[in-house]
Amino acid sequence: MKVRLRLPALPEQAILDEQDQALITLIQTGLPLSATPYADLGRQLGMDESEVITRLKRLTDENIIKRFGVVVRHHELGYLANAMTVWNIPDEMVSELGSCMGQFEFVTLCYQRPRRLPDWPYNLFTMIHGQDRSDVLTNIQTLIERCGLEKIDHEVLFSTRRFKQRGAIYR
Amino acid sequence: MQSTHTDTTKLNKQQLGSLEKHLLNDFQHGFPLVSRPFQAIAEKLGTTEEMVIDTLAQLQQQGFVSRVGAVFRANSIGASTLAAMAVPEERLEEVAAMINDYSEVNHNYQREHHFNLWFVLTASDEQVLNAVLDDIEHCSGIPVMYLPMLEDYHIDLGFDLKWI
Repeated sequence: MKVRLRLPALPEQAILDEQDQALITLIQTGLPLSATPYADLGRQLGMDESEVITRLKRLTDENIIKRFGVVVRHHELGYLANAMTVWNIPDEMVSELGSCMGQFEFVTLCYQRPRRLPDWPYNLFTMIHGQDRSDVLTNIQTLIERCGLEKIDHEVLFSTRRFKQRGAIYR
Repeated sequence: MQSTHTDTTKLNKQQLGSLEKHLLNDFQHGFPLVSRPFQAIAEKLGTTEEMVIDTLAQLQQQGFVSRVGAVFRANSIGASTLAAMAVPEERLEEVAAMINDYSEVNHNYQREHHFNLWFVLTASDEQVLNAVLDDIEHCSGIPVMYLPMLEDYHIDLGFDLKWI
């Protein structure tokens, strides 16, 4: 398996300067829970508070930060089941059906990924959470009905054990 | 860290008061980018800044909150990929533990499938990522199927917790 990753090229606006990168490195484990978290981050970076806030706003506007806020742990909050549900969608329909699936609140991830034939025919990955298995399966049925997926092959991969879960650390 | 999904849930819904529930549900996106963000939240919830900070710290300590901060779009900084392996049942624990030891691995789950071990790798760049993938293949003797994101269709507004 010596195929290289060939990650998609970054969009133009996603080019980050050194201060952006330093800020991102510092906040990937979370904001300090202090009265003035942005000023505190700024002190460590040699920036003032308003610059930290301006940069975070820009990163959010540019969708480099997808979401800024409280990151909860589903399992601990009673959402005990999650299923990676994978779909084999004709290439020309991926964009339309992916956009449909990606807007449901119980879908926490909706990515197109490459097929790896013959082992792996699926090209759209959705992560679906629920309080238990039947809750997850009900949600999948809702997706099928609402997005018209009756003829699309799919598999439901429930997780049975969590070996590790934490936020991404980029360096 | 290891936990099975058959564990009794740690959530005792009785212990979560109204403030806790609002903090968990209402600020998953659009967190205030102002000088005193916890003060801004306190004003919305009719409490004090100190109470908001203490409660969030407690929720974090209890494991309900992973962090207060940013969720980055995949591959807009650094490089990441999903990877999967078909591991013989009797080697699962050993291979999972070996994979967990890489600091580049941030999620690692057993799933019900022929491909039964699924993990996410994140690194500063693609070269590091490829080196880790090669290393995992080499050390385990099992091929790694890697599945980098090509397109993201998800609008991330957090997760609406239903308090039942």
